[in-house]
Amino acid sequence: MPEVLKAPLTLEFPFTRSLGPVQSAFLTGLRERVVLGVRTTDGRTLVPPVEYDPVTAEEIRDLVEVAPTGTVTTWAWNHAPRRGQPLGTPFAWALVRLDGADTALLHALDVPGPDAVHTGMRVRVRWAEERTGAITDIACFEPFDGHAPAELAGCSGEFEDMVTGIVAPARLDYTYSPGRAQSAYIKALSEHRNVGERCPSCRKVYVPPRGACPTCGVATLEQVEVGPHGTVTTFCIVNIKAKNLDIEVPYVYGHIALDGADLALHGRIGGIPYDQVRMGLRVEPVWTEGSRFPDHYRPTGEADADYDTYRELL
Amino acid sequence: MRDIALVAFAQTDHRRTSDEHSEVEMLMPVLHQVLDRTGLKTADIGFTCSGSSDYLAGRAFSFTLALDGVGAWPPISESHVEMDGAWALYEAWTKLLAGDADTALVYAYGKSSPGSVRDVLTRQLDPYYVAPLWPDSVALAALQAQALIDAGHTDEPALAGVAARSRRDAADNSHAQLRGSVPHGDYLVRPLRTGDCPPIGDGAAAVILAAGDRARELCERPAWIRGIDHRIEAHGLGVRDLTDSPSTRLAAEKAGAFELPHGLKGMGGAPTVDTAELHAPFTSQEVVLRKALRLDDSVRVNPSGGALAANPIMAAGLIRIGEAAARIHRGESDRALAHATSGPCLQQNLVAVLEGDPR
Repeated sequence: MPEVLKAPLTLEFPFTRSLGPVQSAFLTGLRERVVLGVRTTDGRTLVPPVEYDPVTAEEIRDLVEVAPTGTVTTWAWNHAPRRGQPLGTPFAWALVRLDGADTALLHALDVPGPDAVHTGMRVRVRWAEERTGAITDIACFEPFDGHAPAELAGCSGEFEDMVTGIVAPARLDYTYSPGRAQSAYIKALSEHRNVGERCPSCRKVYVPPRGACPTCGVATLEQVEVGPHGTVTTFCIVNIKAKNLDIEVPYVYGHIALDGADLALHGRIGGIPYDQVRMGLRVEPVWTEGSRFPDHYRPTGEADADYDTYRELL
Repeated sequence: MRDIALVAFAQTDHRRTSDEHSEVEMLMPVLHQVLDRTGLKTADIGFTCSGSSDYLAGRAFSFTLALDGVGAWPPISESHVEMDGAWALYEAWTKLLAGDADTALVYAYGKSSPGSVRDVLTRQLDPYYVAPLWPDSVALAALQAQALIDAGHTDEPALAGVAARSRRDAADNSHAQLRGSVPHGDYLVRPLRTGDCPPIGDGAAAVILAAGDRARELCERPAWIRGIDHRIEAHGLGVRDLTDSPSTRLAAEKAGAFELPHGLKGMGGAPTVDTAELHAPFTSQEVVLRKALRLDDSVRVNPSGGALAANPIMAAGLIRIGEAAARIHRGESDRALAHATSGPCLQQNLVAVLEGDPR
């Protein structure tokens, strides 16, 4: 079996999220060093606050201030912090019920070791120096030696310059592997060869191969070299330039049935004015120096293919 | 209502990595196995439903490529849930109950090996208050474990006992990833040690459902589905009592787990099952589920080794239902309960009750 390819793959995206009235007040409050909860109709105070009662689904909007001090309801010792977590040094995860609240908030607790934390211990908010209106405006919790709740400012949830949205960056790292069939295809491409796989049942040749015949649902294992020449089965003219794309518009994107293949693949068609590309045009791949895949397909100069030779591949 | 049964089950060998195979290459053998066992062909299947998640492999619409393994020509009736395959089975079951099909193929797969599953799972959390802190799946389970210890429901030696029993039972399960004597290991996130946590791995599973007489034709001893229900709890972890699972209890009640076997209604009390396949990826979660389901020592819990022996995410819940059914097929159980979970700290729970014909 040829070597299976692997490559790092990073998915990164800044999710922009809008906040409703309750989350907006809560996160703006954190920016102003105030913690807000929301009162349910049966008198419980939920911190962090939500817009709908988790029991009755009733809309709730009655914001109340709670103390920045509270009690640990459960905890877990995290000796090896991971990327993105609130502290870079070992810390405890903790659910903390703030004084005045009936539910608990999840955050980090900065203590020297697991022996310095227990359920029922008193803690207080440590504010981040720079606050923007996000849950990370609470840097973490820290031990608090007082039992009386901290004094409240009596905030009603009204602020100037309310935060109405957050940007939550996400990043996940993968080591991507395309598996056996596609690895063999990509490896052949780097040798300027197009390799498909034949279905043992219906005998169709798929390119690029994905390891299975989508019609018969069986593994395709027999490798078949196809091309290099092929026929344009259909095409479109692209008039809008994509960001970071180094191709002048208009350009032509087409479906190309390589000789010997039973499925058309797609690629850019160049070396011919865009308005002269046509169904049936005979093309061949063009590899640029050092490239691992064809840059585009260009006319071979052969006579156009007869429609009946590719009508099943449209 | 029509009687619906699970008539065939297959699963891959679950491994830490399977990067020599794409998802469809990993999945195809189990699809063929369940079809071969019933003698059915793709064209005979009335409805196909799958469960998987793009976040695991880091690629979009991966389920559409996996469909190549089913053989979707001529066109088939198909659906997908971005959840564990147990929920795909639920959808298929309703489709059969409604009379829209007589047979269904349900499959699920997950490749955790390309990414870091502890980080990947943070993306399912509340995006405003929780996900920006990146609390990983082990950390959240550890909070639940500590809550159980504080409440006196378990302690660390008892959790180690759950781990040891699971992997001892898995010694007979050739598909399992962790089998036999496995060191309990160091703390991953205290109070959970490596041994309290599931292995991370790749795998797939498939089952076939059939209605009424069709099920009898396809399987010598069908595993009749007497009820399925699934329930969800508040997403705020601090709103929930982490030492209990009211959603599991309610799902079990609605699925008929606390009733006497088919036809003899209404005693209540402990579940009248002999086997329970519980989807408890962490040792501490088995403690919660046993309590919620009122399982006593007369019930054989996770004879397959459970999720502590193999936890291919998105397939592990379907495998619980498959393992329970397979015991009925083999005549090792007459009435079994199967459970699947999803989300942090047992947020969502599905319970199915399966029965074999009287012997």
